[in-house]
Amino acid sequence: MKTQVDPTRPIENTKVFDARQTQLGYRLNKFAMSMTKADNRAAFIADEEASLAASELTEEEKQLIRDRDWRAILDEHGGNIYMIMKIGAVVGQGLYQIGAHQRGQTYEEFLATRNASGAR
Amino acid sequence: MGEIIAGIGTSHVPSIGVAYDQGRQEEPDWKPLFDGYKPVKEWLKEIKPDIAIVVYNDHGGDFFFDKYPTFAVGAAAVYPVGDEGWGRRPLPDFPGDTEFSWHLCNSLVYDEFDITVCQEMAVEHGFMVPMHLCFDHDPDWPVQVVPVAVNVIQHPLPTALRCWKLGQAIRRAVDSYPKDARVVILGTGGMSHQLNGARFGYLNPAFDSDFLDKIESDPMALTELTHQQIMEDAGAEAVELIMWLTMRGALNGPLRQVHRNYYAPMTTGMGLIALEETG
Repeated sequence: MKTQVDPTRPIENTKVFDARQTQLGYRLNKFAMSMTKADNRAAFIADEEASLAASELTEEEKQLIRDRDWRAILDEHGGNIYMIMKIGAVVGQGLYQIGAHQRGQTYEEFLATRNASGAR
Repeated sequence: MGEIIAGIGTSHVPSIGVAYDQGRQEEPDWKPLFDGYKPVKEWLKEIKPDIAIVVYNDHGGDFFFDKYPTFAVGAAAVYPVGDEGWGRRPLPDFPGDTEFSWHLCNSLVYDEFDITVCQEMAVEHGFMVPMHLCFDHDPDWPVQVVPVAVNVIQHPLPTALRCWKLGQAIRRAVDSYPKDARVVILGTGGMSHQLNGARFGYLNPAFDSDFLDKIESDPMALTELTHQQIMEDAGAEAVELIMWLTMRGALNGPLRQVHRNYYAPMTTGMGLIALEETG
């Protein structure tokens, strides 16, 4: 079979969002996608536990959201960054906070590594 | 007759949209980005395209992984501004041209590009950021649009060569359109960036510079890049760059470079190239 992604050359500190990841993260990503509806965002903000209870998420996945554990969601549980950002937005954490968490840095430490961090 | 008059390659970083909505174009850290588009905006006012075909990817603005099309083409009279999770942006909805869109869809499918035809399609930052960087919209957009969405987020993705061939097929469709229509095509996304894992924030300005050179002068070399090579050299999310090849595949030489810009303030190489057909 022809391929474009070489399984013998894993890229360090990188998840390629492929068949395995998208199946693994399906529930988390679907829950995140539901945050594109204003009513769902309002419900989550009003009562996070009720939102989680009404979802298809497993208990482990619910806990990852309660913990805002972006690194584990993206690295170990098939989260897709473009979807998971939608949960981040509702809880007040943007892409760069999520990124800093993935790097194991504080937000300030991460910003200090950028060329012009005013452009955020 | 339909004619493609120009092509633009541009990044579509969502934070640009936020800064734009907040009117921060003159802030020192944003100015190098926004200033880069000023000559392009002026040039587009001079060449007056009727239609903009925008090749972009949907990041969960409308499509989800329950059914995520490899290639999807808009055939709607209006494309509403989508809600990506942070509310509707203060931009006018985008006017479509259904007659042109259906011609494009017919031509593509009979040319063996089996696209998904979308009669309702909300557009999002991948589409909107390039539009408001290139066109004024007070009170309405000066062009009709055709969104062309490409799967560059859930592997397997189409190959770089396939994206190039899609551009060639778009060219044949536009050339065979019986009515007068001046068309500009935008290929969007990238440049170097990675948003997942501990490699978050990876940039490669040397790769981006080379890509900007080659998209103009040697695009066939870029069609040979595998997703693996792009992800290794420029970051996992940099594979979006294959959509620039759709733009370039739709152009026929000789070309004039109208403008080029590059700025990498945060986590993404923000590139721009504008090419005009002179033949």
